[in-house]
Amino acid sequence: MKRVMAILTILIAFSAASCLEAKDKKQSYKIGGVFAITGPASFLGEPERNTMLMIVDMVNAQGGINGVPLEAFIEDSVGDETKAVNAVKKLINSDKVLAIIGTTRSGTTMAVIPIVEKAETPLISCAAAETIVNPVRKWVFKTPQLDRHAADRIYGTMRDRGISRVAVMSATTGFGSAGREQLQNLAQTYGMKIVADETYGPKDTDMTAQLTKIKGTNAQAVVNWSIVPAQAIVAKNMRQLGMTIPLYQSHGFGNIKYVEAAGSAAEGIIFPAGRLLAVDTVPDSNPQKKVLVEYKTLYESKFDDPVSTFGGHAWDATWILVEALKKAGADKEGIRKSIENTKGFVGTGGVFNFSKTDHCGLGPEAFEMLVVNNGKFVVLGQ
Amino acid sequence: MSFASQLLQYTLSGITIGSIYALVAIGFNIIYNSTGIINLAQGDFVMLGGMIAVFFHNTLHFPLVASGPIAALIVALIGILFERFAIHPLKNASVITLVIITIAASILFKGGAMFLWGKDAYSLPSFSGDEPIRFLGATILPQTIWIICVLLFIVAALVCFFRYTMVGRAMKACSYNKRAANIVGINVNNMVMLSFGLSALIGGIAGVIITPISLIEYEKGSLLGLKGFGAAVFGGLGNMGGAVAAGILIGLLESYSAGLLSSGYKDAVALIILLLVLFFRPGGIFARKEVQKLKHY
Repeated sequence: MKRVMAILTILIAFSAASCLEAKDKKQSYKIGGVFAITGPASFLGEPERNTMLMIVDMVNAQGGINGVPLEAFIEDSVGDETKAVNAVKKLINSDKVLAIIGTTRSGTTMAVIPIVEKAETPLISCAAAETIVNPVRKWVFKTPQLDRHAADRIYGTMRDRGISRVAVMSATTGFGSAGREQLQNLAQTYGMKIVADETYGPKDTDMTAQLTKIKGTNAQAVVNWSIVPAQAIVAKNMRQLGMTIPLYQSHGFGNIKYVEAAGSAAEGIIFPAGRLLAVDTVPDSNPQKKVLVEYKTLYESKFDDPVSTFGGHAWDATWILVEALKKAGADKEGIRKSIENTKGFVGTGGVFNFSKTDHCGLGPEAFEMLVVNNGKFVVLGQ
Repeated sequence: MSFASQLLQYTLSGITIGSIYALVAIGFNIIYNSTGIINLAQGDFVMLGGMIAVFFHNTLHFPLVASGPIAALIVALIGILFERFAIHPLKNASVITLVIITIAASILFKGGAMFLWGKDAYSLPSFSGDEPIRFLGATILPQTIWIICVLLFIVAALVCFFRYTMVGRAMKACSYNKRAANIVGINVNNMVMLSFGLSALIGGIAGVIITPISLIEYEKGSLLGLKGFGAAVFGGLGNMGGAVAAGILIGLLESYSAGLLSSGYKDAVALIILLLVLFFRPGGIFARKEVQKLKHY
């Protein structure tokens, strides 16, 4: 009899505990994160996951949102469309999250859009492609800057420096061809003449043939658009051919490893990027300075890894969501509305002003023109 | 830049990239000759050579003259171990099984390199400076001269090895007829192991010398392997001279089509010509008819 009592007591204790736990869970805001934590895009997805979890910890350490703790559900998409779709379905149907941050890549984001639209769950993407928010979709937002604005800034800088004839180089990848298109579309607006338009495979080892062709034209500058390591080879090959015209790169150049790989040939390369990459040289008067320093210090001290713009996109997305939760609570439509009405939010990517017609919220000024100087990124002087 | 000097520049670029294809093709041929296997991990030997040299030079701060040879030797050792543990134990496996094993090895090498070095691209300093040499309006890097010289040296060394040394002749005998070689007392097993070591060594050397100009990352091997394989088939599998000529020819074709046609068609032009060769001269452009008949593909 004693034994039975003991077992009963234990059972009751357990069920009570699980009841309490269940009650606890009810009083948390559940948010989902889908990132390419492994796979080829893991250098983007990993800092994004780290950043999101770091913010959730920070919010909970301060007593949660209006006293309600945040609870994060993280899924790995491996950068794969099918896995991303499954992950989003799981988050919505079984974990019942209020909103989702992610995904990491443009392709996976496009794949999950129909699902979040149907389930009416807000999604804040960390992926770059403009098609994510153009046309505007009711439930979909994104935090990275637009390709178009990068092209805007490159041409703007060129015009200021008296350049009007450009040679375009791009990799035959999604990122490369999207950039090439933007450069072609905007050329006329900025009075630019594209005198050469060359492409190369993402794994090519030598671009001297394309550059020789460019050397034979009267181009005043080269713009190269890619994210692959080949962009370091372009710089090396230009040096090799004795070309002295300036090289402009896309925001895909924003990884200091490429500068190391290109060595001295990287000196003087001009490219647009989020200000996070050159925090130290951003003037104190810039409204973003404070948040940039805060994120960089927090991230680097916690993960012992240099901060990247990709993690920054997750920082912006998560804080925007936290702000929306503060206002709307556990109401999906309310969260969506609050995100859409977010104005003047200072993030790592820029100052966000969302609206009914703009679900990215950033303008061209979100990009800063940087230049490689002594192997480091610094803000380009006027 | 005048058209003539542009043309010269395309030629120089073509020879540079072609020399690398040629080195990879030679590696394919050595293993093919002694085993009949196409070693699809050949490109990854190149990648490993570059990566290991980067590790010794940039991480352990060994001087470049030491890092390069050490890297090439380690890759040779990897090649030997690969043969001992993956190819040798399957005594009576068909050629196709063994080829599939080399695909597995290629994936393993790539994955291992990604695990150890991550996905970044690395570089080595050039052997003798980065200052381009001007030459009739075109420019050439000192490193390019290194690549061409290393290719010539390796070809010369291999010719001597196969012609004048006992081991080399024994390997050659294995390539003609394994059973006969065995009967006259040649240890065929050892020759196969040696051929893997030798072709890994050449792959490793190729990796070390190209890293300063083309950078190295974990998946660089696949494309080099494919182009090198193209060169090996183009020149006739097993034919060393053919491999060198075909490698440089493919390099030149790529460079001319990128420069004179459009860079988008670069790979297509090389592949179309490769296909045409396979249709009309399946033994490669340099094969004699009689030799073709004797070979079993």
